[in-house]
Amino acid sequence: MEATEKLCLAKKANQIRQLAVTGIYRAKAGHPGGSLSIADTLAYLYFKEMKVDPAQPKWPQRDRLVLSKGHTCPALYAALALKGYFPTEELEHLRQLGALLQGHPDMKHIPGIDMSTGSLGQGISAAVGMALCGKLYGETYRVFAILGDGECEEGQVWEAAMLAGNRKLDNLVAVVDYNNLQIDGTLDEVNSPMPIDEKFKAFGWDVFFADAHDFDSLEKAFADATASKKPAVIVQKSVKGKGVSFMENQAGWHGKAPNDEEYKQAMQELETCAAGLEG
Amino acid sequence: MSEMVKKATRDAYGAALAELGAENPDVVVLDADLAGATKTGVFKKAFPERFIDCGIAEGNMIGVAAGFAACGKIPFASSFAMFAAGRAFEQIRNSVGYPHLNVKIGATHAGVSVGEDGATHQCNEDIALMRTIPGMVILNPADAVEARAAVFAAAKYQGPVYLRFGRLAVPVFNDPDHYQFEIGKAITLKEGSDVTIIATGLMVNEALLAAEQLAAEGISARVVNMHTIKPLDTEAVCKAAAETRGIVTAEEHSVIGGLYSAVCETVCANGLAAKVSAVAVMDTFGQSGPGAKLLEHYGLTAEQIVCKAKALC
Repeated sequence: MEATEKLCLAKKANQIRQLAVTGIYRAKAGHPGGSLSIADTLAYLYFKEMKVDPAQPKWPQRDRLVLSKGHTCPALYAALALKGYFPTEELEHLRQLGALLQGHPDMKHIPGIDMSTGSLGQGISAAVGMALCGKLYGETYRVFAILGDGECEEGQVWEAAMLAGNRKLDNLVAVVDYNNLQIDGTLDEVNSPMPIDEKFKAFGWDVFFADAHDFDSLEKAFADATASKKPAVIVQKSVKGKGVSFMENQAGWHGKAPNDEEYKQAMQELETCAAGLEG
Repeated sequence: MSEMVKKATRDAYGAALAELGAENPDVVVLDADLAGATKTGVFKKAFPERFIDCGIAEGNMIGVAAGFAACGKIPFASSFAMFAAGRAFEQIRNSVGYPHLNVKIGATHAGVSVGEDGATHQCNEDIALMRTIPGMVILNPADAVEARAAVFAAAKYQGPVYLRFGRLAVPVFNDPDHYQFEIGKAITLKEGSDVTIIATGLMVNEALLAAEQLAAEGISARVVNMHTIKPLDTEAVCKAAAETRGIVTAEEHSVIGGLYSAVCETVCANGLAAKVSAVAVMDTFGQSGPGAKLLEHYGLTAEQIVCKAKALC
């Protein structure tokens, strides 16, 4: 990837992080850890990979994104706002009574949200339905789904994987955000679904790996996934809380809002990073 | 009455799907390895490319249907009521109800009339479960004619619909040439001034039989076919409460959360003083046996309706 493009994506990812952290801070609730771990992937998808038009959120031929790990929607809302689906100011009212931006994605009201999610394991099924629909009706759109690694403990993920494999849905790309942490601890400490690469392979998928915080790595993985003649999954190794030092690799930051002091420090770090990108 | 043709509403469902599929290319049908029993196999034969067998994975099937609906199609997702409304309740609630997606759930084998398979397969709770989901429409047709009409009405309606069908062949009492179906509009099959029987599903025919027996004893019974449980025709309920001495509800469903509950809620909410008695499955599991015998065993009969009606008069 060219340096200018990479820089542009890095800036978007930084803005996504700032908006997400600010939204969660103002709401006094939300999920910063997983939002920060998928920020680069969302920047890559919305500003490089996906065929979408913010002026026509319901454009039938658009690519779809289902955030199956719906709790990390602050990052998705930030990406959608930066893309132009709604004003970034909406993030300031995240999770407030009467606000547009719900605690989990709400397709009925939020422009750019392709599926309501939040109950883990369900989004991937809807993504499979969208991809199968595209196949049956000869559409050329692609469907992306982002899952949590802990989410892969839900049996429904594998029901969906089985159908996608059997139907050879090569228009479907799933991303598993492998940050190795869930609410109660590491995957191993809870009930690890690993090795998920072998499981997806067994269900008839192609598996690719990526560094979730390296745009060259993401570009290669998405190119490989697109070329695949099977449903493809990208297992992206990520850092939960990426970009905010004290949140990184801490299960405790799964679903907790920063206090005043923590928010100040988080924003200082993210702004320093942004300044570095400008320099 | 004895000369009436008998047909299961699930058979009408399968036939209606095939008919619908021919006129609307956006209709797709999903099943979970029960196409022969739910009768979606009839659609599969006619339109194999638009039939998706999701295998024995009902939760995923509902999500896949939601994906189709999100892309503008009209999916009918089918399984037994137990595994559709029961097992996949949360998928229906969160992936279909909350986003108000245009998914139709065709649930067959509802109630104890499933028969020999026994309690694990006899769903008496589905109406209660589906009623709690905001925006869900619940249709419970009484015979094959009404079942066909309900399928077409569901396809025309924008939003989630739960359709309830039975396994057992039941009398076809509606006249296909003159029958008209409107979601949310109860049908008064017989006028009456002493008591009202509000029935749904296969109990509607029992209600008609009960009204005949009551008439022979000098009691004038109104018979209301409540084919739509949600949105309930509250006007028909209030009229019955105001104009007759009491209401008997009749349903092949638990006494908790179904038609009886819906009618009582309406009577109370409108400050009416009517007495309401239930003919329903009285908070118990079913068991194995022939469907018709089970209906009798659990008191889902014209005789029980007569008994409850007389007590109100």
